[in-house]
Amino acid sequence: MDVIEQGVGRIFTDPDADKAREFFRHKSRALVSKLTTVKEAVETLVKDGDYVSIGGFGVNRIPAAVLHEIVRQGKKNLGLAGHTATHDFQILASGKCFSKVDAAYIIGLEARGLSPNARQYMESGEVEVSEWTNYTLAVRYKAACAGVSFHPIRNMMGTDTFKYSGAKKVKCPFTGTNYALVPALYSDVGLIHVHEADMYGNCRTKGILMSDYDIARSSKKLIVTCERLITNDEIRRDPTSTFIPYWCVDALVEVPYGCYPGNMYGEYFSDEDHLREWLKVEKDPEEFKAFLDKNIYGVKDHFEYIERNGGIAKMQRLRQKEWLFVGARA
Amino acid sequence: MANYNTMELMICTAARELEDGSSVGVGTGAPCAAAMLAQKTKSPNLVILFEAGGAAPLIPEMPISVGDSRTTWKALMAASMAEIMETACRGQLDYTFLGGAQIDMYGNLNSTRIGNDHQKPKVRFPGSGGANDFGSFCWRMMVMTPQDPKRFTEKCSYVTTPGWLEGGDSRSKSGLPLGAGPYKIITNMAVMDFEPASKRMRIIAVNPGYSEKDVQDNCGFELLKAAKIVENAGPSETELSILRDQIDPYRYVIGR
Repeated sequence: MDVIEQGVGRIFTDPDADKAREFFRHKSRALVSKLTTVKEAVETLVKDGDYVSIGGFGVNRIPAAVLHEIVRQGKKNLGLAGHTATHDFQILASGKCFSKVDAAYIIGLEARGLSPNARQYMESGEVEVSEWTNYTLAVRYKAACAGVSFHPIRNMMGTDTFKYSGAKKVKCPFTGTNYALVPALYSDVGLIHVHEADMYGNCRTKGILMSDYDIARSSKKLIVTCERLITNDEIRRDPTSTFIPYWCVDALVEVPYGCYPGNMYGEYFSDEDHLREWLKVEKDPEEFKAFLDKNIYGVKDHFEYIERNGGIAKMQRLRQKEWLFVGARA
Repeated sequence: MANYNTMELMICTAARELEDGSSVGVGTGAPCAAAMLAQKTKSPNLVILFEAGGAAPLIPEMPISVGDSRTTWKALMAASMAEIMETACRGQLDYTFLGGAQIDMYGNLNSTRIGNDHQKPKVRFPGSGGANDFGSFCWRMMVMTPQDPKRFTEKCSYVTTPGWLEGGDSRSKSGLPLGAGPYKIITNMAVMDFEPASKRMRIIAVNPGYSEKDVQDNCGFELLKAAKIVENAGPSETELSILRDQIDPYRYVIGR
């Protein structure tokens, strides 16, 4: 297959499937407890310069506790998959934790508006960026999961999204049709928040999956937080519900409300007041600094963060809001 | 004096395009309101899909994210992003609504940046998200946007999502799926489609209170004109009451 045309965007991760197979060959399959703390998981598994993929969808089912810890520990020069990235991107941008981004959706918080700080960071020239789309990043994970080095797609061609990506255009050897090939994306670290897991890391979730099935399998190291621990017996009683098997998981932490201020399907709705506050304080550097001290640098963990933002009473209101109970809207 | 605002008019106009039994991929805001209105009026069997994985929900209130719990409320399926996008790739998604900071005469959209230095842009926007995907794969792409000469520009400073590219047969030659592309552009002033051969944007209807000249004066490129330009019907009382009372009672979208 001859390459007809190619984008100028840098490919930040190695798509070589044999190198990845060699890595996964040696990843432990031992059925042992993966239980740890958020602090320790981030200390031991996230290295400066690592390429990170985040599960969920921007504010929905995101591993917020882990993201705050990455900022708190001052991780730097990360590569980041800006795949459906909204509040997750905003959190890591607040600590200037990344310097390379595969951009599909970044800096915005959907209907809530754009993050002034994340936008300024992306306009500063400090971050190298390659362009993709939500679907093309999703299939880059799928290629990695399948142990192949690329995936064909039929979009991006003819646009600047192609030009600033690392995709290559070829002709299909069967039909002669043009295709774009996108490289497999093997992340160094995947970060995922789920509803339930056993101590070994067998995971369940509810609601939409976004790209988490593929992020879990294509990441070399995987940190999972869960709303609650369940027994291994419960996992074995209903294997249909397992969507991540333990052999993908390196660290597991039980963090109730671990997605806060995000929306956790069936558990709690997003804290829109707090998200609005994030967007507001970012307009003033002093206010933003004080806000980050209060909510990230000056707290020891996610529970203390939640305590400072309304505690259990707030969680109750967000639970009622999730279920659309009367009067819970305000 | 009209008893509706331009956002309400655009939503009602868009909703009428979504026929019963078709499928639409939507984002938050006005497109979602249009899909909800269509479902509650003439198209009860409209299949609404959200890129994050929500499939055919009975949306109880305006979602704030395309992945929040409202997008799977009483849904038929809670799927993955790849599943929804592949539905479009296979050819099972009929419509989508997209937007951008800039749109040109072929319906190409910019939602990525202003300025020429890609690594240090003058203004950075979110990027494609799922727009390039939906815009490439959905059979008929529509845009709902306020009309002004800066947004409707001769040349986008960056093409995020393909319209008809350079017009004519350039889109089909590029390798993008055949037969899919921009369909209608719905603004506060008019409705435009694309002339079949040149694929240039063409006025087909003007909204009550606007003239063809208003539309051209608020467009940065020359618009073609259909042989017969009609006046677009304003929202009906039924459409307005459903939109205001059931879909957006807190005026998140129609209050903008």
